[in-house]
Amino acid sequence: MSLAILERALELGLIFSILSLGVYISFRILNIPDLTVDGSFTTGAATCAVCTVQGHPILGLLLGFLAGCVCGLITAFLQTKMKIHALLAGILTMTALYSINLRIMSGSPNIALLNTDSVFTMIPFTLLVLVVISVCVGLLLFVFFKTNTGLMLRATGDNETMVKSSSINVDTMKFLGMSLSNGLVALSGSLLAQYQNFADVTGGTGMMVLGLAGIIIGEAILRKKTIGFGLASAIVGACIYRVLYTIALQFGIPATDMNMMSAILVALTISIPYLKKVREKENA
Amino acid sequence: MLKLENISVIFNKGTSLEKVALEDFSSTIQDGDFITMLGSNGAGKSTLFNVITGALKPAKGKIFLDSEDITRQKEHVRARYIGRLFQNPEHGTAPHLTVEENLALAYSSGKYGKFSLAVHKQDRAYFQEKLKTLDMGLEDRLKTPIGLLSGGQRQAVALMMAVLNPPKILLLDEHTAALDPKSAQKILEITNELIQKEHMTALMITHNIQDALDNGNRLFILNEGKLIQDMDFAQKSKLKPADILNYYAV
Repeated sequence: MSLAILERALELGLIFSILSLGVYISFRILNIPDLTVDGSFTTGAATCAVCTVQGHPILGLLLGFLAGCVCGLITAFLQTKMKIHALLAGILTMTALYSINLRIMSGSPNIALLNTDSVFTMIPFTLLVLVVISVCVGLLLFVFFKTNTGLMLRATGDNETMVKSSSINVDTMKFLGMSLSNGLVALSGSLLAQYQNFADVTGGTGMMVLGLAGIIIGEAILRKKTIGFGLASAIVGACIYRVLYTIALQFGIPATDMNMMSAILVALTISIPYLKKVREKENA
Repeated sequence: MLKLENISVIFNKGTSLEKVALEDFSSTIQDGDFITMLGSNGAGKSTLFNVITGALKPAKGKIFLDSEDITRQKEHVRARYIGRLFQNPEHGTAPHLTVEENLALAYSSGKYGKFSLAVHKQDRAYFQEKLKTLDMGLEDRLKTPIGLLSGGQRQAVALMMAVLNPPKILLLDEHTAALDPKSAQKILEITNELIQKEHMTALMITHNIQDALDNGNRLFILNEGKLIQDMDFAQKSKLKPADILNYYAV
């Protein structure tokens, strides 16, 4: 594997680390498997692409993030105010977003960003820019989760019974968490659109599992489960996953098989603690 | 003062499973009262707590706290002045948060802003001092995720959380029932100390008749959604456990 390929892998890994941080908030902190991600990732990419084509790359990233926040708010609304099962709420939003994403892209299934400025053409050190963005987002989240509101958010996912009987409004926390989570997912999609110079309406497929794969790999390496290590796991894991992915491609595994690989990886890793228990029982 | 006026709660109304959980329940709880509450399963004790906290809305009746009507007030709003402890120690604390983070959850948001850091340096000293009074060695475990502590320790921290901002009303829902005898006794001692020190008004559900007689200044006995006995301290002190059994539905 050449250095240029490794560099590209790391750059993509850093872009997807923002995705993993977003998924970390819904999956690990709020304890909700949120499928909105597959839609909101594209919403971010589409919104950002439309803005970037008009010559506003920075505004594009910002609006991409905000569009993702709105997607999260819709899912949270379905969950809390309409009492729809969390998984179904995410699927409903994701399904609706497919239509909305096409509307954002004025009906065309993809937008090319040729001869337009992006953050990566404005600042030439792509890897450095992405390291700074990823680390800054990680640090901001770390500090946020140590504040009173951050603590309430973590407690909501950790023990909803307790939070319900306390003065914290559970619904408000879910709105906040889901919007922040999907905002980051969409920011990741926005960055990817500018990096690859195009946005595609099917680009979000499998993104929830991809984000999760990053978290799981990171956790397997860093092991400690505190909030700081958790966030670091998401970043480190996403980068390592992308490097492994690139190596797999080099070995000739078709890119179209990679979604299956991610799914198998996540399924196995999540069931390992259970399988271990079963074996211990059999041995005992 | 907490005043309950003609509270009725009916589950599954209009179906064959209809159950009257509370029927025309009225009572006035004075400031400083520590009421122990007995009654068989399904007598309405927990339902009464749920009505007081707002987890359940009564079909009929009104609740007043210090003459303010709180019948329609949301649960999380009331939680500012009504504290509650559950039977299961796991319900009262967030397992992945550390001891100090759990305490900060109960303590800091009122004291500092929403986006201020939750655990301040001076708080740590304060938490340590408070935990020391429990005499469980918890003062050295501020950074331990609370899920790693024993049930008794978790319940002690939950109790501490409930009283860090002393609530006007403290509801104890069999909060020692899931603990081993020694921890249960310890938690009950701490409960009594805290209630006296903070001059709190408290209600305690228990199935332990001796506990009900030994603690508090007033005794409620519920049966089938009704308050069948309301004894003051003098009446209660004359009772023996055997007398109580007569009040239970067979």
